[in-house]
Amino acid sequence: MSGGNRWRESRAAARPARRTAGLLAVMAVSMFAATASAQHEATLEPAGNDVADTASLQRGAMYFVNYCLGCHSAQYVRYNRLAEDLQLTENLVVQNLMFTGEQPFDTMTNSMRPEDSVRWFGIAPPDLSLIARSRGTDYVYTFLRSFYEAPASPTGVDNVVLPNTAMPHVLWELQGINRAVFEADEAHDGEEVFRRFEQVSAGQLGTQQYDQVVRDIVNFLDYIGDPTQLAREALGVRVIAFLLVFLVIAWLLKREIWKDVT
Amino acid sequence: MASAAPELNRRPGRRFDALVAWVDARFPMTRLLREHATQYYAAKNFNFWYGFGVLATVVLIMQFVTGIFLTMNYKPSAEEAFASVEYIMRDVDWGWLLRYLHSTGASAFFIVVYLHMFRGFMYGSYKRPRELVWLIGMFIYLCLMAEAFFGYLLPWGNMSYWGAQVIVSLFGAVPVVGEGIAEWIRGDFYISDITLNRFFAFHVIAMPLILLVLVVVHIMALHEVGSGNPDGIEIKEHKDAGGKPLDGVAFHPYHTSKDLVIIIVFFIIFSAVVFFAPDMGGYFLEHANFEPANPLQTPEHIAPVWYFTPFYAILRAVPDKLFGVVLMGGAVLLPVFMPWLDRCRVKSVRYRSWIYKTALGIFAVSFLALGWLGLQPATGLYTTFSRIFSVLYFGFFILMPFYTSYEKTKPVPIRVTK
Repeated sequence: MSGGNRWRESRAAARPARRTAGLLAVMAVSMFAATASAQHEATLEPAGNDVADTASLQRGAMYFVNYCLGCHSAQYVRYNRLAEDLQLTENLVVQNLMFTGEQPFDTMTNSMRPEDSVRWFGIAPPDLSLIARSRGTDYVYTFLRSFYEAPASPTGVDNVVLPNTAMPHVLWELQGINRAVFEADEAHDGEEVFRRFEQVSAGQLGTQQYDQVVRDIVNFLDYIGDPTQLAREALGVRVIAFLLVFLVIAWLLKREIWKDVT
Repeated sequence: MASAAPELNRRPGRRFDALVAWVDARFPMTRLLREHATQYYAAKNFNFWYGFGVLATVVLIMQFVTGIFLTMNYKPSAEEAFASVEYIMRDVDWGWLLRYLHSTGASAFFIVVYLHMFRGFMYGSYKRPRELVWLIGMFIYLCLMAEAFFGYLLPWGNMSYWGAQVIVSLFGAVPVVGEGIAEWIRGDFYISDITLNRFFAFHVIAMPLILLVLVVVHIMALHEVGSGNPDGIEIKEHKDAGGKPLDGVAFHPYHTSKDLVIIIVFFIIFSAVVFFAPDMGGYFLEHANFEPANPLQTPEHIAPVWYFTPFYAILRAVPDKLFGVVLMGGAVLLPVFMPWLDRCRVKSVRYRSWIYKTALGIFAVSFLALGWLGLQPATGLYTTFSRIFSVLYFGFFILMPFYTSYEKTKPVPIRVTK
């Protein structure tokens, strides 16, 4: 929870620079600073996940099925493809990840009807097949670590990354409950700015263990966002190696043909 | 028997010659091959910048081939489009490769075409007698923009949707009939299934057909007048006794063997993107486009794909919508007039004055800066800079007749240099 105090730094940096925007060099600097402030308000923590880590993907799949799939679908992800890519047998997947009578060739959907979810949460939970690509892994990683106690909210929690989120803190048993500390910030005309988290009640896991759980979930989401990514990179190495050899041959051919051109 | 053996060996050759003669009596095959390949002479001193024409052709062919296979699994309906793209990415054999080749190919097409056009700016490729080659090329560029715009809606992601919404609504800026035109283009009051269907038709049939015809016409016109060169001189003016230009080499096998090297180098770079960074950090495939189209929720900030952003920045730099649209259109169309805006007789930048070199540098920087600014939010300093660079961009073209009339040029060599 250390990155919180950087939430708004970038915007603060843009201001003094604007006042002295007379010189071109200074302008260039302020343009750079302004870019930073235009991005997400919240500074995102690097997820640091690795889609080549199959054990992490397997754990991530388990957490995903246990904690996420009840409300969120992954409607483009097939169980049997999952089994193959995660080096699990189809049987293992059927026994450990499929609880409601799906077939191995089915995709990861759930039985929550959108009408119901709108009534319960005010919004239908988004499909997560591509969340790691649309929001980024760092976003999801930081989001899942940034819930805090908010008694006024219908779910009892809010989130620093996505204020007023309709999502309850599904992982609260693991993480415990945090309190968010907001402080008035001089650089923002006394506006309340998020500073840090303080733990109110401990969960089953320590901070590092919890971060690893979140990292596994994010890793799984990263994988399902683009399931061919590992195979793609492996093929890329071979394609480029072939092209380099071909380049040498083509270059020799060109040199031979151009020999008589003066 | 001993004397019959070589006779036997030569037979297939003879048969082949007979077949060629048979075809030639009915179709100008050999004549076309000579005119466009084995006896088409182009300067022997082509540099780096002269590789982008052939690369544009290669990318065009790649887009055709991958596009055909994508069409086999894509569903042009608002209900199914997004899911069908994910189906291609996950369930179709090699579908991910086809999709990434096609999506990266779109960006590569514009990179290659922009460099190809800049080559023209550097070496006066638009000047007499190549005005028509240039005009046809500009037509190709306009069609390419339309092709890319139509294609960008097809994945039916949220950026596809809102990008199309913003661009089509620009027509609404036209007084009186504007809203009617926008509605006519969409076929609906907003971007809908109907719009997607017609954009699909344009993307896979209308525009490719026009593009193909224009590319053939572009090359025919080029081969009629002959390719230019980095020295900006006419190699046809110095021929040997056999009528072959002294500074030229036959397109085949000389330039084809060189082009093969260029094509491989291109594909090495291209593969690095396709296999290792297909979304190019959100520039080639935008993050917001991994969410399905949602008419009720706009993306955080809407920016077109990078290849349109220079013009988008100009549009946003102008406070008045109609005037902004007019200027944006002007910015796209101004290069069309290059053959008449540029009054200098010297073609190549090598022998032109520091004035043109400076102007060209300012133009290049403005274009790149506008491209970057078009990706940023339209606020404060960004808008100021967009205005400055818009003025410089237009200045390059509008002032050209003046600053090119009195250029102090260097003497142009008679024969090509190294």
